[in-house]
Amino acid sequence: MSETTMQEVVERIEPVDDRPTGFRAVLAEFWSYFSENHGAVLGLFFFIGVILVAIFANHIAPHLPNQQFRDALLQPPFWEAGGDTRFLLGTDAIGRDMLSRLIYGSRYSLFIGCIVVSISLVVGVILGLIAGFFRGWVDTFIMRIMDVVLAFPSLLLALVLVAILGPSLINAMIAIAIVQQPHYVRLTRAAVMTEMTKDYVTAARVIGVRSLRLMFITVLPNCMAPLIVQAALSFSTAILDAAALGFLGLGAQPPTPEWGTMLAEAREFILRAWWVVTFPGVAILVTVLAINLMGDGLRDALDPKLKRS
Amino acid sequence: MKGEVVLEAENLTRHYKVDRGSFQKPAILKALDGASFKLVKGKTLAVVGESGCGKSTLARLVTMIEKPTSGELNITGINIVTADKYVLDRLHKKVQIVFQDPYGSLNPRQKIGHALEEPLLVNTSMSGRERREAALDIIRLVGLRPEYYDRYPHMFSGGQRQRIAVARALMLNPEIVVLDEPVSALDVSIQAQILNLIATLQEQFDLAYMFISHDLSVVKHIADEVMVMYLGKPIESGSRDTLFSKPHHPYTRALLSATPVADPFRTKERIVLKGELPSPIAPPSGCTFHPRCPSMTEICRGKPPELTEIDGCMVACYHPKTYPDGGTDEISAR
Repeated sequence: MSETTMQEVVERIEPVDDRPTGFRAVLAEFWSYFSENHGAVLGLFFFIGVILVAIFANHIAPHLPNQQFRDALLQPPFWEAGGDTRFLLGTDAIGRDMLSRLIYGSRYSLFIGCIVVSISLVVGVILGLIAGFFRGWVDTFIMRIMDVVLAFPSLLLALVLVAILGPSLINAMIAIAIVQQPHYVRLTRAAVMTEMTKDYVTAARVIGVRSLRLMFITVLPNCMAPLIVQAALSFSTAILDAAALGFLGLGAQPPTPEWGTMLAEAREFILRAWWVVTFPGVAILVTVLAINLMGDGLRDALDPKLKRS
Repeated sequence: MKGEVVLEAENLTRHYKVDRGSFQKPAILKALDGASFKLVKGKTLAVVGESGCGKSTLARLVTMIEKPTSGELNITGINIVTADKYVLDRLHKKVQIVFQDPYGSLNPRQKIGHALEEPLLVNTSMSGRERREAALDIIRLVGLRPEYYDRYPHMFSGGQRQRIAVARALMLNPEIVVLDEPVSALDVSIQAQILNLIATLQEQFDLAYMFISHDLSVVKHIADEVMVMYLGKPIESGSRDTLFSKPHHPYTRALLSATPVADPFRTKERIVLKGELPSPIAPPSGCTFHPRCPSMTEICRGKPPELTEIDGCMVACYHPKTYPDGGTDEISAR
């Protein structure tokens, strides 16, 4: 039997799946699952909007975030009596434009989210891989430390850490990253342990693949789905926690236009000037909501258990 | 060279410690308890037995995924227990394995081509182009199209995946391939194809196969030598023809009688074993098969029987069935 006929025989019995492969096809499949969830699509668009606003803040914002207009202190939004279209969302107690501060504030929120998620993802994945891969006392050691971190209320622990490190935006981000760490470690470890029992890992060992390559190239890509979802969801937690720390005066320091810090500064005007408190709060709420919706959609699209083939 | 012994195992054992809670000593599970055999170039040794008899443990020892608890394992004349790391690395390339489940044995995030190239990438200093060429060659060799290079495993059916798994095992030009139930997860129509592929490749590359299976009709098709295992011990081994026509051990006879025969007019004796496979943590005294054996006597409870030669087979039994007039067994399948 010549080679071609053998192939034909094989294919007649077992037809080949001829769906296209490659990055585009994978992306298309992902989108078809993702777009089924309308809330997720809405969240995604809003999130993209926030990113664009953050990138082009200096072009969009009507004023500089820290520019004070002494002639317009606590001016209400333009549709209220006494409002001025010069300051669409009004001004705060020292005459800074609310809208501009919110627009510049989105930069800080995204920055916090990105940095916190990157730190906790990278460190968490490495620790989780080591724990799940080597097991034994290494595993016990890492996991007990993570249990200790998990045993504290997260915001309280973050507060303590910031109190030790000193209040600043960078330290707040480090504190939040440490607080979020255990979730990543646990997720990674669980996924790694499941994957390690599969035959393809044994096959790779027999082939002669070394530990490092086995960990990062063979096993890790198969553990990514839950981690991506966790990263998306903890992005919003990071923003929320940073805002809380900022509100308590331990995060970003004034005059930084960070949303949580803005809330804290506006506390005393709650009864006199509602807009100073409301808008930063709404900004936090909507951004976090959008990211959470997006995360839910991601989970649905990436979870193989919910997939129909 | 044909007929060259490439692997020799002497009294190979593998024990596992099993925790039984904090208040008891850990138990010893004798997964493999003294197996001796040889693998010869171009020949197939089939290892047969129920689940839990130590077949897969044997596969893990031969592929050096685990070290034996005791006993000797010589691969191409080198003792793996005493060999240093450098030599072991080289030996690893000589022994490859094909797993039972083709859905679990291929990395779902790795393209077929990359999966085939990986052995070369980590073991040789071939250039990217050479590796690609080698991968494409082997894809053609196992009856697939070179276009499949860029596909992911989920796009293939079971039989095609098993072809890929076989191809991957051959990438490093091994001398020994352990086939751990390579066809039992496949449809019967595909099984024959894969078996033929395996047989063709053996001829082409002069490979020594260790074929692990519980399907005796498959074993009869592909094996040269057969080793029957029970509870971690080989109880009968010999050439395929002798073993299938003149089974001596009661357990072998029971196994053979359980193989269905596609002949409605043939009445055959069916030996039905009583009871379950005993736990390898607390194996029965003497001959481990005695609680289920139809021809058990007092002597079987005492000392375990040694392997002795009968009609060219090695049998461990006090009451083997003999064939004095050169006849064959009436229960042997087909």
